[in-house]
Formats: sequence, structure tokens, C-alpha cells
Amino acid sequence: MTVILETKSLNKEFGAVIAAKDLDVRIAKGEIVGVIGSNGAGKTTFINMVTGYLKPTRGEILFNGKSILGHSPRAITRAGMARSFQVAQLFPEMTVLDNLIVALAAAESPRPSFLSPLRSDKRVARAEDILREFGVENYRDSMVTAVPQGARKLVDIAMALIGNPQMLLLDEPTSGVSMDEKTGLMDTVMNAVRQHGVTVLFVEHDMDVVERYVSRVLAFYSGEIIADGQPSAVLADERVRDLVTGHRPTHKKGNGAS
Amino acid sequence: MTSLLAVLIDGSIYASWLFLVAAGLTVIYGVMRILNMAHGSFYAIGAYSAASLVGWYFNNGIGPAWISYLLLVGAALLAGLIVGVIIERGLLRLMYGRDEILMVIITYALLLILEDTMKIVWGVNPYFAYQPYSELGRTSLGLLKVSNYDLSLVGVSAVIGLVLWGLLERTNTGKVLRAVIHDREIAVAMGVNVRLMFTITFVIGTILGALAGALTAPAISVVPGIGIEVIVLAFAVVVIGGLGSIGGAAVGALLVGLSRAAAVHYAPEFELFVIYGVMSLVLAFRPEGLFGRTLARKI
Amino acid sequence: MRFDKTEISLAAVAIACVLFGFVSPGWLIFLLTIAFAKALVVQGVVMQMRSGLVSFGQGLFYCIGGYTVGMGGQFFGIHDAIAALSLGMLVAIAVAMVLGLLLTRYRDIFFAMLSLAFSMILFGILVKSPGLGSTDGFNVHNWTIFGWAPDGGESSQHTVFTLTVLAGLMIAVLIHRYTKAGIGVICEAVRENEVRVEYLGLSPRWLLYGNYVSAAAVSALGGGLTALATGHVDPEMAYWTTSGEFIFIALLGGLGHVAAPFIAAVVFSVVRTYAIELVPHTWQMILGFTLLGVIVFLPKGLWSLVSRKKAGERA
Repeated sequence: MTVILETKSLNKEFGAVIAAKDLDVRIAKGEIVGVIGSNGAGKTTFINMVTGYLKPTRGEILFNGKSILGHSPRAITRAGMARSFQVAQLFPEMTVLDNLIVALAAAESPRPSFLSPLRSDKRVARAEDILREFGVENYRDSMVTAVPQGARKLVDIAMALIGNPQMLLLDEPTSGVSMDEKTGLMDTVMNAVRQHGVTVLFVEHDMDVVERYVSRVLAFYSGEIIADGQPSAVLADERVRDLVTGHRPTHKKGNGAS
Repeated sequence: MTSLLAVLIDGSIYASWLFLVAAGLTVIYGVMRILNMAHGSFYAIGAYSAASLVGWYFNNGIGPAWISYLLLVGAALLAGLIVGVIIERGLLRLMYGRDEILMVIITYALLLILEDTMKIVWGVNPYFAYQPYSELGRTSLGLLKVSNYDLSLVGVSAVIGLVLWGLLERTNTGKVLRAVIHDREIAVAMGVNVRLMFTITFVIGTILGALAGALTAPAISVVPGIGIEVIVLAFAVVVIGGLGSIGGAAVGALLVGLSRAAAVHYAPEFELFVIYGVMSLVLAFRPEGLFGRTLARKI
Repeated sequence: MRFDKTEISLAAVAIACVLFGFVSPGWLIFLLTIAFAKALVVQGVVMQMRSGLVSFGQGLFYCIGGYTVGMGGQFFGIHDAIAALSLGMLVAIAVAMVLGLLLTRYRDIFFAMLSLAFSMILFGILVKSPGLGSTDGFNVHNWTIFGWAPDGGESSQHTVFTLTVLAGLMIAVLIHRYTKAGIGVICEAVRENEVRVEYLGLSPRWLLYGNYVSAAAVSALGGGLTALATGHVDPEMAYWTTSGEFIFIALLGGLGHVAAPFIAAVVFSVVRTYAIELVPHTWQMILGFTLLGVIVFLPKGLWSLVSRKKAGERA
């Protein structure tokens, strides 16, 4: 197995608060990994550190065997690790199409042109393909602010995938999306991800969603990983049931999604 | 040796003046997050009010000289109170919640309006109120003669600085204000009257600006445009110290005051350059100012 | 090279302006020259506003452009107007390339204040430079164009006017393309969501740097043309209130179209000419109330009146 992402005793302290404690994570190429944990367990902090938004207090991060510690988010993105956000990060005063066109141009070159138009026919056609792939073609010319949450999340993830990343970190892809939309959204995303052959790590509160897609689960609690393994094993784990999922009867909708 | 002493004395006097001018600016920014371009106009209004009142007092030979010091302060308090309340209630209240940078432009518009208002009220001829300045005489320090008025300015400035620091950092009201600073929504939820606090803060800031002008009036001729000149100096001071920090403003004022005094004595051609030079240098290494704090955006 | 509708309209208006120059009275020519030259400086302000940055120190490059033209003729024997203007832009670019390294680390009010500080540094240096006339500045004259020397007075005035209109056209077309090009659009993206730009693998600082330097060059051209038109430069060009005036014109016009700063600058100059005549002590007050009015009622500037009308016609 080829390891794509590895962290070694990763620590993050905000003053007296420990948001990450000795995180040792190894993710193999092609894995689909779910991350669970209550609010404040350190899931987003982990993603923020790995993608260069936060600097770890101590520890090491290796991507494809090379250290990316201290690299900027853009360098890490260029190296092939993309992410999505809890709250979709888009350009609110542009149309959905233009959002994708900016992402396409960014993927082509880190140095945008000074005089040739950004909106070329080629990019428009490509962006339209992506809109269809993600099922949001109806919002082509809508301003982002006029687009519903679920579609925004899809655009956010589509923009992350445009750069053809090797690895994708999804931070609560279904938060803010209604219960019945969740599966549809995740199916769309996972289809796209499979076509690109991307390694995925995603944070999710809904245990049913987690079990549906992942081969492995990491359970976070108060900055630590308290369980790591196959979904059924992790969800059955005593500590996970005590501290993360609550006493949730397996395979039924419970109070796991908080 | 003498010139070093001169630099120190001139520097301290200039620094205390700068602190007076900058204090109101930093208080308003600290609580309200408004970088007030019109602060220089409050200074000018204070100077005009004081100069016209004190000038009238002496020209008519009404009473003893010591009363004129009360008049200086009284003029500043009254002018600052009136102008502050009108502007906060009449204009700024309608504008809260806009971008910080837009608030800068709004207060710039206010500056333009106030500049002409002053011309309409006081005309364009200079006002003088030199008596409180000359009345106090001079002290000889070695070869140097220093005006006592200027020296007492250092004391006044220190007192105002300590009072402000005490108010903001040591009292309950100050703590409430700082709660407003950190999270308006929580402050409202806690039952803090944010609107009232904003009015009070703004009026305090306006009075401080007017007071700085009133206390300066005896040492200068009060003419149109003095506010425009001081506002950029005040900016330099508060940006160096860190916007919103009283202690920072004091340190910024000392840095600028001493550097300028040094420039005046040793390299006069750099007098103006040095002020903004210090500001750029500080910002190059500490973008948030010497005592400022930055907050990262949550994603 | 192909030109789109906007570019053709711009060219048509420019030609009309040049022709108008032959029949219009001298005072109006002068007014328009100054207005168009200032509009170029404002274009620099607008370019930065699109990226979310408000420069309270664009007077720096206005002044650099003006002083370079003046000093070129006075001390270095550069009398050709085109050469002097180009030199002014080059000096501005060089200065911006240095200052930009620092300034692009800042946003919001910090950018505003620091840009103001740099402009005031130049002001401070100039008022203490007796060789350059200190606070009085110095006169700019004896310039030529392609070896031809206009004989002062009307002829010079007319030449500068034509030159300004043509320079304005060239810059307007370039900016029109620039705003639609990668850097232009992505600078707006930086304003809207810098974090996202970073996570697309782009460097917001590099974009803002490129934009800052480009804006400096455009503003310097405006300064150089102003120097040729007025025949005079002084440190006031770098004073912060001058930069405030540019922000005023930028907001008055709005960011909606490349023509907006030109229109706003003309409106500004006309109103000022009459206001200073008629109500000398309320000119700034008029400006202040107008600015508040624009912010509250026309947040997208005068241009939104035009675009709203267009949208109405289409509907």
C-alpha cells in the first residue's frame, strides 16, 4: 500500500486549549476515510493543519512522502491536495459559471493573464460539463447568493476537484443540507470522486452517510483519535459510543447526527 | 549634551501633544471599529471654540487670567459634547454595520462637511488666544528655556492617558465596552446597551479631540485646515501603537515625538519624512502595530 | 486584433472629443484636459477598489508622474512629452514594485493607512527639497512632441488635450481588457473571497501586487499629463487630500464601467468650477454631502444610473 498522507504526532494548542494531540494518521492511496466526532473534537483543525491554513504547534505532515509542514494553502493545493469547506467558499458576487471558470483558469496556470479574456469558449464549455456532472446546470447564470445550500456545497466541491487533486478533504459536505438531500448530494460527489480516482477524507456527522461510503473511520474526541478502523468496528467501540455517537442503536436513525 | 536634552524635552512635549490628539481616535476605533477621519475636525472645532471664547474673555478684560484655563477646558467639553451627540445620533447611527473601510470614507465625507462648517461659523481669519500660554512664563533648564505651558501639557496628557487607561481596563464600564469590542451580539444578549455605549464612547472621543485642540489653541494661530494636518499625524501614532490600544497610542506618540524632535535638531530636512518613516517601519515588521492584535478568519 | 462594442464606442467618443477640441473655447479644453488626466489617476484607484483595496495614497503616483515629467525637462534634458510621460510611468512602476512588496500584505484600513503614509513621505521629502521649489513646486514648460514644439498658449493647450484624449483612449481599452482578463476577474475574486482564491492554488498577494503596480503606472500617466496641462507641479499632488479627491471621483463614478471615472471626473470638474465661483466656502461641504448621498443612494456610483436605464430599455 502506498501512503499518500501521513501525520506524525501532530499537535495544536490554542492557548490552554488542546485542539490536536499527537495525531498519527496514515492514509493509503485510494482510500475513502470518514472522520467522526462531536463539535470541537478537532476535525476541522486537523483539515486546516493538513491544508496549511493553521500551523501545527508540533509534529510533521507528509504528503506523498514529502514534508508539507509550513507550506501555504496554495502550495499544498498545487501539490495535489484540495479541500472543501463547512460553509461553501465561493465568490458571492459572481455567477456559478464564473466561479467555475475562475477555478479552471487557476488550475491551468498560477499566473493569470493580463489581457486575454478569462471567459474563453473552451473554458465555458468545460465549466458547463462540470455543471452537468454535478447536476447544478440549472444554476449556471445564477448569482451564488441566489443558489440553495446544497447546490452551493456541490459547486464548492466541484471547484476543489477542478485542479485534479490526488487527495480531497471534505469538511462536512452535507452540513446545512436537508436530510433527504444528503444522500443525493453525496452520491453525486462520490461518483465524481471515483471517476477522478481521488483519495478522500471526509468529516461527517451523519453515521448513515458515513457507513454508506467509507472503508475506514477515524473517531475524534477532544483533539485525539480514539478509534480507527472499519466502520462497523469503530461504531461498535465502547468509547466511541460513549463519547462520540451516543448510545446509538446500530443501523437505525439515531441521535448520532447532531 | 544640550541638544540631547533639547531633543528629549521637545520630544516629550511633542509626544504629549500627539497623544492628546490621538487618544480620542484610538478610543473610538477600539470600541466602535470606526477609523474616524473627521477626528482632526474635532480638534479644529475645539481649537476654534477655545480661541474665540478665551479671546473674547481677554479682549473684554472680564476677569483674572486663571479663569481662562477653565474656559479652555469648558469650551472643549461643550463643543465636543454638542458635536459628538449630533454626529453620532444624526449620521453615524444610520451607518453602523457597514465595512470598516466604508466607514473611513463616510467619516472622510464628514470631515469635508465640518471643514466648511467651521469656515461658515468662524470665517477664514486666524484666531489667537495666546494669553494662557504667555501667562505661565518660562523655565530655564540649563541653556534651554522651556515654556511652562508646554511642560504642563506633558502632565495633562499623562493624567488623561492614565484616566483613559483606568476607565477602559480597570472599571466595569470599561470591561463592558471591551465586551462590545469583542462580540456585539453577545454584548446585546448580555443586556449591554450597545447603542448607549456607542454614543458615550463617541462623545468621549469627540471631547478628547476637542480638548486637544483647545489646549493647543494658545500655542498656535487657529486657521482653517489645522484639522487636516493633525489627522494624518494622529493616524501615524495610533497605527504605530496598534489601533484601539491606549498604551499603544502612548508608545506611538513617544516614538514619533522623539524621532521628530531628533530630526528637527539633527536633520531638519527629514522632519516630516521621519514620522511616516517610523510608521512604515513599524508596520513592515508588525502589521497590527506594536500593541495590536489580529484575528484569523474562521473557515 | 479585434475590438468589441465597448472599445469601438470608446474610440468614437475619443474622436468626437478631439474634433470638439477644434471648436471649443480654451477654458473648456483646459477643464476637460484636467478632468481626463485626473480620471486616469482615478482609474488606478478603481483598479484597486475592484480588488477590495482602497488607496488613500494614490496621489503618490500622481505626484511621481508629474514630477518626473517636470524634472525630466528641467534637469535631464528630456523634452519630448511622450518620452517624459513614459519615464514617469517607469519610475512609478519601479517605486510600486518596491512598495507593493510591503503593501500587498495589508487589507482594509491598514492598506488605506499605509498607502497614505507612503504618499505623505513623498510629500514630506518634496516640501523639504529647495532644489525642487519646496512647497511651491516648479514650472513645467518647453516640452516638445515628436520634435515639434508647440508655441505655448492655445497651441500647447490643444496639443495636451489631444494627447490626453488619446492616452485616455489607450488606457481605457487596456483596462477594459484587463478587467475581463485573468488578473482583473481574479482580483475581484480576491475581494469577494480571498481564502477561496488561495485554495485554488493562486497567490492573492501576487495578484494584488500585479494590480498595484499596473494601477501605479496608469495613475502616473495621469499625473504626467496634468503636469503638461497646468505647466506646474507642487508637493500638494502627494498630499493626502488629493488622494481623497480621487477616491471621491472613483465612488462617484462607480466600478461598473471603464468610462465611469471619465464621466465622474468631468462632472466633478464642472461642479467644482462653478461651486468655487459661486459658493467658495461650501465647496467641500457639497462634496461631503454628495459623497454621503452616493454611499447611501447610489452605492454603485453614477454609472448605475446609466446601466439601470439600459436594463430598463431592454426589459
